[in-house]
Amino acid sequence: MKKSTKLLINLGLMAALILVILLESMFLPSTSMIFPVIRKGAIYALVAVSMNLTNGFTGLFSLGQAGFMLIGAYTYAIFTIPDADRASVYMYFNGGAIHANLPVIVALILAGLVAAGFAYLIGLPVLRLKSDYLAIATLGFAEIIRAIVQWNTLGPITNASNMLRKFATFESIVAGWRTSSPAFNEACKNAKWLPTFLTTLMPVLICGICIAVIVMLINSSYGRAFKAIRDDEIAAEAMGINLAKHKMLSFCTSSFLAGIGGALLVMYQATVKASVYSSAMTYEILLIVVLGGIGSITGSCIGAFLYVACSEWWLRGLDSGKFLGISAPGVFRNGFRLVVFSVIIMCVVLFWRKGIMGDRELDVEKLFGRKKKHGGGSGPDLPSGEVSDNG
Amino acid sequence: MAEKENVLRLSDVTMQFGGVVAVNNLSMEVNKGEIVALIGPNGAGKTTAFNCITGVYEPTNGQIEFCGKTIVENHPRGKMAKTYAGENADKYKKTISQTPDKITQCGIARTFQNIRLFGSQTVYENVLIAKHMRAKQNMLSATFRVNQKEEARMNAETLELLRRQGMLDIKDEKATNLPYGQQRRLEIARALATDPKLLLLDEPAAGMNPQETLELAAFIKQIRADYDVTVLVIEHHMDLVMQISDRIYVLDFGKLIAAGTPAEIQNNKSVIDAYLGVAEDA
Repeated sequence: MKKSTKLLINLGLMAALILVILLESMFLPSTSMIFPVIRKGAIYALVAVSMNLTNGFTGLFSLGQAGFMLIGAYTYAIFTIPDADRASVYMYFNGGAIHANLPVIVALILAGLVAAGFAYLIGLPVLRLKSDYLAIATLGFAEIIRAIVQWNTLGPITNASNMLRKFATFESIVAGWRTSSPAFNEACKNAKWLPTFLTTLMPVLICGICIAVIVMLINSSYGRAFKAIRDDEIAAEAMGINLAKHKMLSFCTSSFLAGIGGALLVMYQATVKASVYSSAMTYEILLIVVLGGIGSITGSCIGAFLYVACSEWWLRGLDSGKFLGISAPGVFRNGFRLVVFSVIIMCVVLFWRKGIMGDRELDVEKLFGRKKKHGGGSGPDLPSGEVSDNG
Repeated sequence: MAEKENVLRLSDVTMQFGGVVAVNNLSMEVNKGEIVALIGPNGAGKTTAFNCITGVYEPTNGQIEFCGKTIVENHPRGKMAKTYAGENADKYKKTISQTPDKITQCGIARTFQNIRLFGSQTVYENVLIAKHMRAKQNMLSATFRVNQKEEARMNAETLELLRRQGMLDIKDEKATNLPYGQQRRLEIARALATDPKLLLLDEPAAGMNPQETLELAAFIKQIRADYDVTVLVIEHHMDLVMQISDRIYVLDFGKLIAAGTPAEIQNNKSVIDAYLGVAEDA
C-alpha cells in the first residue's frame, strides 16, 4: 500500500472518529456514561502508551508513572487557577505564593516539561539499575513525590494536603468561550450538544496528537534504538548505541507525556488531590499496558478504553445491586466490582498471556490492505506508521 | 616490503578479576588489511581480551591503541593496587576508559560468541540499527522526519549491504527464525554496517559443520577484500584458522605463549604442549 493512501485512510478514520463523537453528542443525552468513558479512556490511553514507551519498547521496568502524572497535574493546576479564585483555593495559605496564570496550552506543555525535568534528575542515579530494582526505585520516587507535595511547608505552592480547585477544566474552557463570544454562546443555545461535543473532543484530540508523536518516535531511528536496547543491551551497545543517553531519552519522553496525561486527567476531574496519585494508579496503568499487550500501542489504547469502560460503566452495576438485570443487593454491593475485575484480570493473565495484541499493532494496512477484514479499535490511536507485525 | 600500518596495538594488557589473572601482560598488534587469529585452549582468556578491547571490561593494567590513538589505558588503582598480581604495575599512569558504544564509534565492530541478535526484529531492522550511530539527527528531528535524506541514506546503505551479503530475499524474516549459519552471517553483516576499520569475530565458526566452516573462511576473506577491513578472529577450528590467518597469537592461561605465521605455530613446541598436554616423564 502506498504511503499516501495509508495517510488518507488514517485521516479518514480520524474524521470518522470525530464524526462518531459528534453523532453521539447530538443523539445521546449529555449525561450518558459514554462521554466520561471516552474522555477518561483517551487520557488513560495516553498515559498507558507513555508507560509502554519505557516498559514495552525500551525494556525499562519503571513504576513511577503516577508520580510523573502527579507532577504534571499539580504544575498544570497551580498555573491555571485564575487570580480571583486563588484566595478561596489557598484559604489556609493566604492565597498561595504563585500568581501566574498561563494559557491552557502553555500550562499543558509546562506540565510535561516539569515532569520530564524531574524524570531527568531521578533518572541520573536510577537508570543504572535494571529490571525489578529499577521498578522499586521508581515506585519509591513516586511515593516520595506524593508525600512531598502534601508537605505543609510547601503549602503556599501545592496547597499541602488540601485539594486544588477552580483551575481551567474542559468545561470551564468551553464556558469561557461562551462568555467571551456571544456568537458561540448563541450557537450553544441552539445546539445543546455542542458543549458536550467540544469537552469530549478536546481530550481525544490532545491525546491523539501525543500518541501520534509517540508512534512517530517509535518508528524513527531512535525508536529502533530503544527496541534494540530492549532486545539485547550488550549487543545494542556494541552497535554504538549509547545506553545511558537513550534510556534517559526514553524515560524523559515517557514522563513528559505522563505529565501531560496527568494534567489532562485533572482537567477532566476538575479537582486535584495528591492522595489520588498513589501506587494503585500506577498499577491501573500497568494493568492496561499488560492487558493491551506490552510493546503494542494499539493494544494500550484498546486496553485503556476497555478498562475505563469496565470500571466506570459496564461493571458499575456490580456495586449498586443490579447487574445484567439480576437484582441481588446481598452480593452486588460496594466493592464487588473489584472482585470481579480481579478475576477477569487473572483469567486474562492465565489464558491470554501476551495481552490483547501481544506485541503486534493494528493498522490500516491490515484492516484495508492484504486481508479485507474489518476490525474495531479505531480509537484516537491509529498508528500512522508501518506494520511491525512479523510473528 | 612497504611499511605496515598499525591498526590495533595492545601493550601489557592485564585483566585481573579478584585474585584471578584472566589475561596476563598481553601485547599484540594487528596491521591494516591482515587477518589475525587469537587461539588458545578453553579458558585461556581470549574472549576476555576481546572484552577489554571493546570496552566491556576495563583492563586492570595496560594500554590499547587503535589507529595510533590510545583508546584504553589503565593502571592498578584502589583496592586493586594492593592485590595486583600482574607485571608492569608502574608503567602506565593514565586512566582512559570508554563505554562499548564509544569504541564502536571509533571503528571497532564485534560479533559475539553466543549470537546476540535483536530477536524481535527483522533481518533488515537488525542491520538498520547499526546505522543509527552515525545518523546526523537528534530525537526531535528524527521523530518529525525533518531530515528525510538521512533516513533515506540509512535505508539505502542497509539495502546495499544486504544485497552484497545475498540476504536481500530474507530481509523481512525475523532474526530468530533464521537457520544458525545465517544468524552468524547476519551478525557479521550487522557489525559491518557500523562501517568498522577493524572487525572482531568471536568464534564465528562455533557450531558449524565442516562445509559451513569452509564457506565461512571464504566469506571472511571476501569481506576483507570488499569492505577494506582488518580482522581479528578468535577461533577453535584449526583448519579455519590455518586457512585464513596471516598471523596467529596463542594464549594459554592468560599468557601469550607464541606468535607467528600459521606454519610457525603448527611446529611450535609450546603450542603443541598447551593443546595436547606435556608428557609427565619427559
